[in-house]
Amino acid sequence: MEQTGKKAIWQEYQKEIAEDKYYYARSCIRQNFFPGSEHAFLNILRNNLKKDLHDDAKHTTCTGIGYHSDVVPMETTMTVVARNFSLMTEAGYQNYIPSCITSFGLYTEIIETWKHFPETLEKTRDFLFKATKRTFDLPNNLAHTSDIIYKFRHEIAAMAKYKLVDVHTGRPLRIVDHIGCHYSKMFPEKGVGGAEYPYVLAGMVEAWGGETIDYPERRHCCGFGFRQYLVKANRSYSLSASRKKFESMQPYEPDFIITNCPGCPYFMDRWQYVIAETEHKVYGAGGKAIPVLTYEEMAGLVLGYNPWDLGLQMHQVPIEPLLEKMRIAYNPAEKYLGVNGKDLGKPVIPELFKYQDE
Amino acid sequence: MKSKDFGYQAIPPRHIDYDKNDRTLFYFLRRREPSISICFSCGSCSATCPANENTPFSFYRIMLYIRRGEKLQIAREINKCMLCGKCRLVCPKGVNTRNVILITRDFLNSGGQ
Repeated sequence: MEQTGKKAIWQEYQKEIAEDKYYYARSCIRQNFFPGSEHAFLNILRNNLKKDLHDDAKHTTCTGIGYHSDVVPMETTMTVVARNFSLMTEAGYQNYIPSCITSFGLYTEIIETWKHFPETLEKTRDFLFKATKRTFDLPNNLAHTSDIIYKFRHEIAAMAKYKLVDVHTGRPLRIVDHIGCHYSKMFPEKGVGGAEYPYVLAGMVEAWGGETIDYPERRHCCGFGFRQYLVKANRSYSLSASRKKFESMQPYEPDFIITNCPGCPYFMDRWQYVIAETEHKVYGAGGKAIPVLTYEEMAGLVLGYNPWDLGLQMHQVPIEPLLEKMRIAYNPAEKYLGVNGKDLGKPVIPELFKYQDE
Repeated sequence: MKSKDFGYQAIPPRHIDYDKNDRTLFYFLRRREPSISICFSCGSCSATCPANENTPFSFYRIMLYIRRGEKLQIAREINKCMLCGKCRLVCPKGVNTRNVILITRDFLNSGGQ
């Protein structure tokens, strides 16, 4: 049936996402910030969704942070990216799925550049061959890993053990979605919903029973912005951008924030700690800070994964109030135990962040 | 509770927030000098202002601050006016600009009540 009106227009905001057989490219910083997220993604795709996914130890950084910080030239970046594509080709895959939003933006930028300037592609092929004797094919499909979870959100909903609902009151959890800038703002047509209506996270929230909050600064940057943070003298800009968002979302009393970018959850989580320590202020309801989750962590919680296996103890803002709301079973004694049961050590927790069980 | 020093801090937001800004002065002026309501921001006042020749002082900007309720900026600027009255002579709408300045100064000197 031919679609008309809003439905026809909405079709223009969709993107093609491969069904199976993915080459997974890890993020440099996510593995340090929230290491449980990438592990959870692999588990969900392999064990829950039964997808074929190649996690390659040989691939390197995409150079995104160096590129956006003006320390790595574009030609070098293209050659490094070409090597990663060459590893994908060698492994027999054609669907490239980076875990990092900046990588996604950079791969998109490079593929678009090669499309419009074929001589640059040839030059990159030449550079790569001279350096490594490697050749490569371009991916058939490039999607961010949040696109993959979005694509299978209804399948995940069908397997869900928990819903995004406050079980004590029966109301859907109020969730702030924060889309990484490099997902939807650089090449809007490459993201679900474009730059105007990014739907990749909101789609997951709605499918799993939650309610998304539309607040004035919803599309504002989290403040990471690379040079805003990398240079200590500029960190006020980063902190101020996050605070602007917190103040804007505060009246809506969000239960938690979800993100699909490596930097956003980190900064929105840590800056709440810094604001608590410097200004003695928290932005959540009931005098609590607002937990910040990655979409994999949210998917993992919905599917019934152990919160500590998802790495939720790595967050500065305590996650327990959210677990209580969803009535997810957890063992407080295991919070600071690593995957092998080794004691990770308990961090110093600021007064404003203390949870009743701490 | 003691505040930690991380070596950087949040910058106060610079956006114009009509929920937080205090527009008392604007309403007070509108009662005392109703001609301010017909100002249509042409900028003739600033173009002829001798104080504007050598400093960034501008009556046009003062009017903008008054309308927005940005009292800090008004207090910083208002005493730069020399009350020469040229702006009043050129105003195509006949706004009593000198009176606006005088009432504003009185308002701020009396604690802004």
